[in-house]
Amino acid sequence: MEPAPRQVPGSLEPGQGRTITESILELRGVSKRFGSFAAVDDLSLSVAPAEFITLLGASGSGKTTTLRMIAGFEAPSAGEIWMDGAPIHALPPYKRDINTVFQNYALFPHMSVWDNVAYGPRMRRVPQAEVRTRVDAALAMVHLEELAKRAPRQLSGGQQQRVALARALVNRPKVLLLDEPLGALDLKLRKEMQLELKHLQTQVGITFVYVTHDQEEALTMSTRIALMRAGRIEQLGSPTEIYDRPASRYVADFIGETNLLQGRLRDVSAGGAVVEVAGHQLRVRPPTGAVAGQEVWLSVRPEVLEILPAGAAPPDYNVIDGTVEEGIYAGAVTKLRLRLASGATLVLHAAVTGVSARPDQPARVGWPVERAVCLAG
Amino acid sequence: MLVGQSNARCALPGERAIARGSRWDRLRARRWFRTTAAGVLPVGWVVVFLLVPYALLLVQSLWRLTDTQEIVRWPLTLANYQRLFGTALYPQTILFSAGIALRVTLFSLVLAFPLAYLLAFKVRRHKNLMYMAVIIPLWVSYLVRAYAWKIILGQEGILNGMLASLGLISAPLEFLLYSKWAVIIALTHIYTPFALMPIYAVLEAIPPNLKEASHDLYAGRLRTFLHVVLPLSLPGVLAGCTFAFVLSMGDFIAPQLLGGNDSALMVSNVVVSLFGVAFNWPLGAAVSVVMLTLVLLLLTVANRLERHFDYRGDPGRPTKTDPLGAIVTESRR
Repeated sequence: MEPAPRQVPGSLEPGQGRTITESILELRGVSKRFGSFAAVDDLSLSVAPAEFITLLGASGSGKTTTLRMIAGFEAPSAGEIWMDGAPIHALPPYKRDINTVFQNYALFPHMSVWDNVAYGPRMRRVPQAEVRTRVDAALAMVHLEELAKRAPRQLSGGQQQRVALARALVNRPKVLLLDEPLGALDLKLRKEMQLELKHLQTQVGITFVYVTHDQEEALTMSTRIALMRAGRIEQLGSPTEIYDRPASRYVADFIGETNLLQGRLRDVSAGGAVVEVAGHQLRVRPPTGAVAGQEVWLSVRPEVLEILPAGAAPPDYNVIDGTVEEGIYAGAVTKLRLRLASGATLVLHAAVTGVSARPDQPARVGWPVERAVCLAG
Repeated sequence: MLVGQSNARCALPGERAIARGSRWDRLRARRWFRTTAAGVLPVGWVVVFLLVPYALLLVQSLWRLTDTQEIVRWPLTLANYQRLFGTALYPQTILFSAGIALRVTLFSLVLAFPLAYLLAFKVRRHKNLMYMAVIIPLWVSYLVRAYAWKIILGQEGILNGMLASLGLISAPLEFLLYSKWAVIIALTHIYTPFALMPIYAVLEAIPPNLKEASHDLYAGRLRTFLHVVLPLSLPGVLAGCTFAFVLSMGDFIAPQLLGGNDSALMVSNVVVSLFGVAFNWPLGAAVSVVMLTLVLLLLTVANRLERHFDYRGDPGRPTKTDPLGAIVTESRR
């Protein structure tokens, strides 16, 4: 990586360095303290134009506070926020070219759907004729032309959600912030809206900063995910990177389901290392800077595990023996729980139907060496 | 348990005949008795102390007083009402009282709204304490509060004393006490908490993220107030104004204590003197009935307006209409 003083740590991945001129939104060492509690702690993040970036984290991880600082509802205790090459952290919300879709939509109850959507353009003193065309277009975009005259409370949750979206998008902001916008919807509608949102984002080409605690939602929609923990970014990367190459035990555990096996590193070399887990020697790529004898964790996704026939294992496979504890049929997959000699359990998702899963039956499972991740902690 | 069972049996048609004289029937009878006994008191209270007096007042307003102070009960006559509307005196009195009440309402609103706004949105610590500080005067006797103003505004009063010691005046200001302004000041002081309570309640109920949404959509503080906070607070503002107006229009103690000659122009004082000094009960009753009708009309209009501006319930209601349109819509239903 070239030395680039104006590059921002946290936004960079090897071979993928971005300079600030390419970023539309940038957080530089932003902190927010409430009393002695740091809700957001020295956070830096650079967002590219037209990107769909998700701030993912458990409640209290600082994701909503971060969003509120970008919107201007909270002032950072330290650090700077830049948008389009200009600092914005000192501007009030109404002077930022950013719009927000609120968690509970925050539609104005005393105005019709149409007037709700027209609010932004009117406040910006857009000429009346243009307001009309823009509002109509925004309502058409979210398929709500028919309901323009209704009051917000006459709409269903999903429709209110669309109004909130139209009310924000009608302003053509440079950045759209979404604070758990699908949180109040039922599962089926949520899935539909996820895809719709993603399509909409691609269509309008506006940068989306999306806050959610739902990891599946984050994986489905984002171009990049910033997984937050205790006010910091634990890992930043594309959904595949986050899912397949978690940087820590926390990330591996937070995203999707995983088996975490504790072991000790042996024979660390340039080509790889061996971890000893429950008496088995498993080949791994060691975490950077790891030394022999160090305690590590192995993260193996349930769907990566395969049941292997007894006897010789395929060449690039790690193999572990255990006993079946129980098998649960779950439609597309059968979930098997195995007990290892060490007492640890291993969950396996077998896509093949009819996998025999009699309890107490011995089973040999394996996975391709490169599909597991070895983590320092 | 037993009550529940008897309740369930009530749902069955024709079971009364089957269960006649049974245990269930007796239980139900007892239940009916208990419900009735519980209802008799409140209903009786309203009938005896509200409806009957109003009916008597109405009947009495149709009696007539002869020149020799004799009450003629029969035949009933509208003579009092003819006299009431025939002379300029009574309509003028009512208008004068309404004018006083209007000013009291205005001043109460001007005081109560910013205070309620501060309490609802700006005060974070000791919020309840501050709210109590506004409400506590309500528990102080009305007479004490009215007399307090006598002490403040009098010729030897606190205000004149202060102004004199500051050298701003050489002789005490006489118009302070025993004028309509003294009445307006005292009534404003007394009824501002009544205006404040409903306004505070609606402002408290406005979700904070609506203000944030407005800021987010480029509206600064003033425009957020005008377009979001104010419209949403209208039901409370109306309720508060109604309180202040109706209560101060019917007030007769403060005018009597502080109003001097002007107090004779307040309609409630006229009623008091018709009953107490002139012993013309029929005419007093007629004035009372007119006042009662006016106040009920006012309450009805205010109530409909409040419902029109209340955006929480009633999904069938139109969203954007002018206040008068609302009345039309309401009455069409």
